[in-house]
Amino acid sequence: MGTYLLRRLLSSVILVAIAASLAYLLAASSLNPRANYTGRQPPIPVGVVDSTLSEYNLNDKTPLLERYGTWVSGVVQGDFGKTWDGGSVNQQMGQRVGVSLRLLLIGTLLGSTLGVAVGAFAAIRQYRISDRAIGVASFVVMAVPVFVLATLLTIGATGLNGAVGHTLIEYTGEYNPALSGVDQLLNRLNHLILPTISLCLGQIAFYSRIQRNMMLDVLGQDFVRTAQAKGLSRRTALVKHALRTALIPSATYFAFAFGTMLTGATFTEKIFGWHGMGEWLVESIQHNDTNAVAAVALFAAVCVLVAGVLSDLLVAALDPRVRVS
Amino acid sequence: MTILEVNDLTVTFRGGVKAVRGVSYQVGRGEVLGIVGESGSGKSVTSLAVMGLLPAGAQVTGSVKLHGHELLGMREQEILKRRGKSISMIFQDPLSAFTPVYTIGDQIAEAVRVHQKVSKEQAARQAVELLELVGIPHPEVRAKAFPHEFSGGMRQRAMIAMAIANDPDVLICDEPTTALDVTIQAQVLEVLKTAQKETGAGIVMITHDLGVVAGLADRVLVMYAGKPVEQGTVEEIYYEPRMPYTMGLLASIPRLDQENQRLVPIEGAPPSPAALPPGCPFAPRCPLKVDACDDAEPELVQVGERGVACIRSHEIDVKRLRGVDVFPAPEPVAEPPRDARRRETVLELDNLVRHYPLMKGAVFKRRVGTVHAVDGISFDIARGETLALVGESGCGKTTTLQQIMQLEAAQGGRVVVFGKDSGELTKRERKELRRDLQIVFQDPMAALDPRMPVGDILAEPLRAHGHKDVQGRVAELLELVGLDPSYAERYPQHFSGGQRQRIGIARALALEPKLIVLDEPVSALDVSIQAGVINLLEDLKARLGLSYLFVAHDLSVVRHLADRVAVMYLGKIVEIGTVAEVYGTPAHPYTRALMSAIPLPDPELERSRRRIILEGDLPSPAQPPSGCRFHTRCPKRALLPEPERARCVAEEPPVVRLAHADDHGAACHYPEVRNS
Repeated sequence: MGTYLLRRLLSSVILVAIAASLAYLLAASSLNPRANYTGRQPPIPVGVVDSTLSEYNLNDKTPLLERYGTWVSGVVQGDFGKTWDGGSVNQQMGQRVGVSLRLLLIGTLLGSTLGVAVGAFAAIRQYRISDRAIGVASFVVMAVPVFVLATLLTIGATGLNGAVGHTLIEYTGEYNPALSGVDQLLNRLNHLILPTISLCLGQIAFYSRIQRNMMLDVLGQDFVRTAQAKGLSRRTALVKHALRTALIPSATYFAFAFGTMLTGATFTEKIFGWHGMGEWLVESIQHNDTNAVAAVALFAAVCVLVAGVLSDLLVAALDPRVRVS
Repeated sequence: MTILEVNDLTVTFRGGVKAVRGVSYQVGRGEVLGIVGESGSGKSVTSLAVMGLLPAGAQVTGSVKLHGHELLGMREQEILKRRGKSISMIFQDPLSAFTPVYTIGDQIAEAVRVHQKVSKEQAARQAVELLELVGIPHPEVRAKAFPHEFSGGMRQRAMIAMAIANDPDVLICDEPTTALDVTIQAQVLEVLKTAQKETGAGIVMITHDLGVVAGLADRVLVMYAGKPVEQGTVEEIYYEPRMPYTMGLLASIPRLDQENQRLVPIEGAPPSPAALPPGCPFAPRCPLKVDACDDAEPELVQVGERGVACIRSHEIDVKRLRGVDVFPAPEPVAEPPRDARRRETVLELDNLVRHYPLMKGAVFKRRVGTVHAVDGISFDIARGETLALVGESGCGKTTTLQQIMQLEAAQGGRVVVFGKDSGELTKRERKELRRDLQIVFQDPMAALDPRMPVGDILAEPLRAHGHKDVQGRVAELLELVGLDPSYAERYPQHFSGGQRQRIGIARALALEPKLIVLDEPVSALDVSIQAGVINLLEDLKARLGLSYLFVAHDLSVVRHLADRVAVMYLGKIVEIGTVAEVYGTPAHPYTRALMSAIPLPDPELERSRRRIILEGDLPSPAQPPSGCRFHTRCPKRALLPEPERARCVAEEPPVVRLAHADDHGAACHYPEVRNS
């Protein structure tokens, strides 16, 4: 197991390096940080712009591969370089990673658990009204882009707040800095509700479809019947024998689902005013901020690969057949 | 004392399909009731209905009484108390019948804890004891293994252990040995007998294998199209069947203990439960049919224990008719005489070897071993001859076939087809040779493309080889295999299993091959259908001068179809020779064990004969035993004095021609010698 993990880690590091390099090269060759300094009143002398850009390793007059080399040597030492206006990418990232991870982790956990539960329930109720309702709802959710969903949720919350007469559900920002102690904690939780829902719904829809199929495959199998023949109630047989086995293939989708979730998080953060990595990505593309874009891409690559390893571990934990010594 | 009493049980599925139409039986303590029938006769559905395990939507009427308590309509809580305790069930496929993610021990312990108030540790201990009872070696260790780490036979033993965990009063066995090899089947049947002795339970034994029932059952119930058609003691059913279906069924079984004789097929196929014929459902296939048969479905007329559902049963009784009298066996096609001295060889295998590497590791693969799938086998087939390759699963039969069909250079040794070494063929020659070498597959369902009409399926090989007049040839082929040429426009799903296999044979015949490889061609078919296909194969061979390489695990079918037979064990041939010699005087201990493991459809013979039961499972072909590969399980070696025993371990016996034999060789240091 140890050697397997080590080998897996090694190949993941290589993959992250490739993904991040490609992202940097793409960003560096298509973004134009110089645009931030030109066209100003009064105009900044070209020499000053050049030296500033060179200092930040953003100068398009330096050959691409040379800039890339500088960037890599920095990243290897843990320095992700400077933003277009000379700020530290590391510092920004430090503030934002926590914000994004909070959303992503809660979204993943809630989304996968609820999705599996909903899917299993739908499978047991196959072709009944509840199953059909879940099916239609899932496809509607999957067909609606996250930004539409998030905007709808905001509108709904405003309406609700207006009806109640005070702010029942928060829909902008992370927390209210004016509060402290338990109040602030509650306030933070309140701020989490809408972004989490908008992130989770897609996940729930996705997992429920997969889990329903997997569960249906298993329901017809003999071992569920054997479990009942032993004298277990149908409910116990379904949960302990059918669902437990049907979880295995769903676990392999964990990595995929995480990818779609990252994309979703970009919009969610932007719409609900959370200062996370997704929002940063949108902003830095607008500002032609090469180093920041590369840093976000690196973060995304690490997240996806960690999800991949986790999904492998999950499968190994669930399925004795792959746990070969 | 009657424990389980079933009365007029009917099962109707959604859409009004009546799968079971009035089944009644009783089982007493320590009694074995055999329920016999072909696929679709409703025998499994009956038992699931008794257990209350049918899917929602199935309507069950009638009465099922366990110890006098009515089970149908009982509250779920009450049923749960009985299911797995007073009445338990053993399922057919032991691989899918265990939950893959829990250990065998845990699953048995779970069955214990559902009904007994014991601690986890106590239940685990009981599970180990149960595994020991059913003969699993090292039960403490094996209890911690997962289902995929058990062999098929071991899983079925564990299944029996689980079923008897709570000392049931009735044990329902649904085809418990169908998925197993014969030697393993013999072991498992022994275990079942032990289990019955331990628990004193009544057993309902559901099977299509009349041999298994003959050895085990006290009474037999024969089912056809969802209804019991005959009922009686095992002797009555086997020696004096009174319903034409039972008579035909018994006559159609190829028997290991009889010389090569023409098999008796039952024409047609069992009716679909959705479209039953009027009157007696067997009438369309019955040679004794009279007009009155179509008027009404005959009831099972009970005289004492015995029941027959046929309006002419009295007449059959009086005239003492037997199956062979009633069912006409088609005359065999006269075979052109062959000159035994001038054998023209069509296929020759010379020391063929096929090893597969055993790899480990996900990213950096490395070789950790070798699977010795085929390890140096030699045989040849002459024109007009049938050679049968027999052996249990995992012995290398299929690998041998693949090697021959590939027509590529072999890993080791040579494959010579029609005098040409397959390793030295050009691409063009290989395609030409494919014409002469065709294959019929085991599963007729999977071997035909479901989206292609039969005509296109048959035309495909013809078009591939640029044949003219495709339509005419297709019609000719259909007629050749006994199907109507107008069937060419239908799709495979419109045909029964036997008809589909005939289409598979027609496809193999399309290019007028000289050698046909038959990969278990009848093992997926019901007995009544099987006989017809075997007869067809015999006729085609005689008429077209074909040679067959016939791969099978069923030694009784082989006896009827083959001229010569080669017995394989773990990638080696252990015995080879003419059918008369190998079956008459089997020389290798493995061949003897294999033959003795096949149950005979004759209660008296089956119960009186001595059988050799092999210990354990087939060793892994990745680590074949040293010396003679069979020495780990050999019953003969156990009786040998020590110095002779050592030779079996140290030295590998080659196939040696036996003294006093024309064409009979065995790979054994101490072969059984003919007493003459």
